[in-house]
Amino acid sequence: MANIISDETIEYVGILAKLELSEEEKEQAKSDMGKMLDYIDKLNELDTTNVEPMSHVFQVNNVFRQDVVANGDDRDNILKNAPGIKEGAFKVPKTVE
Amino acid sequence: MAKQYETVIGLEVHVELATKTKIFCGCSTEFGGAPNTHTCPVCTGMPGSLPVLNKQVVEYAIAVGLATNCSITQYCKFDRKNYFYPDNPQNYQISQLYLPICRNGGVEIDTPAGKKIIGIHEIHMEEDAGKLIHDEWEDCSLVDFNRSGVPLIEIVSEPDMRSAEEVIAYLDKLRLIIQYLGASDCKLNEGSMRADVNLSVREVGAKEFGTRTEMKNLNSFKAIARAIEGERARQIELLEEGKSVTQETRRWDDNKEYSYAMRSKEDAQDYRYFPDPDLVPIMISDEWIARIKAAQPELRTEKLERYKKEFDIPDYDAEILTSSKHMADIFEATTELCKKPKKVSNWLMVETLRLMKENDMEADDLKFSPENLAKLIELVDAGTINSSVAKEVFEEVFKNNIDPDKYVEEKGLKAVNDEGALRATIEKVIADNPQSVEDYHNGKEKAIGFLVGQTMKAMQGKANPGMVNKILKELL
Ligand SMILES: [Zn+2]
Repeated sequence: MANIISDETIEYVGILAKLELSEEEKEQAKSDMGKMLDYIDKLNELDTTNVEPMSHVFQVNNVFRQDVVANGDDRDNILKNAPGIKEGAFKVPKTVE
Repeated sequence: MAKQYETVIGLEVHVELATKTKIFCGCSTEFGGAPNTHTCPVCTGMPGSLPVLNKQVVEYAIAVGLATNCSITQYCKFDRKNYFYPDNPQNYQISQLYLPICRNGGVEIDTPAGKKIIGIHEIHMEEDAGKLIHDEWEDCSLVDFNRSGVPLIEIVSEPDMRSAEEVIAYLDKLRLIIQYLGASDCKLNEGSMRADVNLSVREVGAKEFGTRTEMKNLNSFKAIARAIEGERARQIELLEEGKSVTQETRRWDDNKEYSYAMRSKEDAQDYRYFPDPDLVPIMISDEWIARIKAAQPELRTEKLERYKKEFDIPDYDAEILTSSKHMADIFEATTELCKKPKKVSNWLMVETLRLMKENDMEADDLKFSPENLAKLIELVDAGTINSSVAKEVFEEVFKNNIDPDKYVEEKGLKAVNDEGALRATIEKVIADNPQSVEDYHNGKEKAIGFLVGQTMKAMQGKANPGMVNKILKELL
């Protein structure tokens, strides 16, 4: 493996992704990420001088909706996904900026 | 000698677009619905849901870009901005980083030193977040996703402004352009236009910019001006004390007139943007741009010139009448109904402005209908009510949008045009005030004013002043 992921990197990525990893999981993740980067290096070996950058895998563009209201009030169903409900709202742990 | 400082300001302006539906789903954008009644799996970030772009959002963004002299990015796409916060159900906001829809524009503002161009770095499309309400009773927060997915454009200026006055002039320019395009109502107090202020100070003559802070929570032009003065003073004080400015986001408290550093999330700056694979690229053809350009409605400057030419409205009045799209709409609709532009302008310029000032209102908050103003003008013109009663009726039109015909009828406010009744009253007034009559005969023209006043009083203000004058002179 050419790419070595440091403990600091895996710690930081864990914070960004809101993941708490055990020591064992950290080692596994370091190895997985290293392999992914190795694969990217492999792709980088290709000469792409005259190839346009691709921003989407499908050769499709301009998929639009018209500006017409299509959804009604489906609150009861939507709230079934809530961790908690109060006064028609999703109830979550107190969050203050 | 004390050091001289220069303030350098750039703005990030978020504008809520006037679409009927959200940017990526068919939920209504209507304001004021009960919590979560305008939501679906897309705007609540349910796994497996697929966003589909609202075409009108692209058209509004292009229209704003063209009106602010931007070049349109003909191949553009959306990216994901990743962060965790309960008002952001997907854990990413769909926005544009790499290929924003508009770039390299600018608008001209007037400053005491003459005209100045404020550059626009870019305009991008994105979705709004939900609303978090902090529960006072229970230790929890409540999330309403009705605003989640409402389309926004973010207009990022260059750091070209140097004072609060320039900032206000720039914001006002943007507001007018966007309102006239019909792309948003741009109400700062209701949040459909929001400005974040990036501000730094540097010694006059310095080449490098100082460290900047970003200020949020500015919801009126006055708050923006105060926040700029406050933050400028705070930064200069730090530098004078030999300390340095920390790059951070601050929240302006307009009551305390001070800004507070917002608790910085440790990972806030690392958004790990990447192209959104759920949304395909947008190709904007020359024809599409030309179509939007051709459909551009009359903007402020054109309207102002037309009012002067078509209706013979003076410069200053035309400025005021066009200073809000809503005011201009009232002017045009009322004129259309009564065909008396000068009189409509007069009611707007005098009584409307007076009442707006008294009630601390903006032109955008005017509630009365052109129909009722037109009716009032007709009543005065026909001599049905006199001008002082008309002012009284207008206050009711202004406050409660009453129907002047009905109101005048119900309150018995019609001018007394019955010459017999008027003559009898005037005869009595003359008999009761021999001193004034004598003064008048001795050449004191002013004495007649007193007699007119007495007559109006006796008639409870409903007499036709022209007729009173005529009969008085005749009897004297
Ligand atoms: Zn939705």
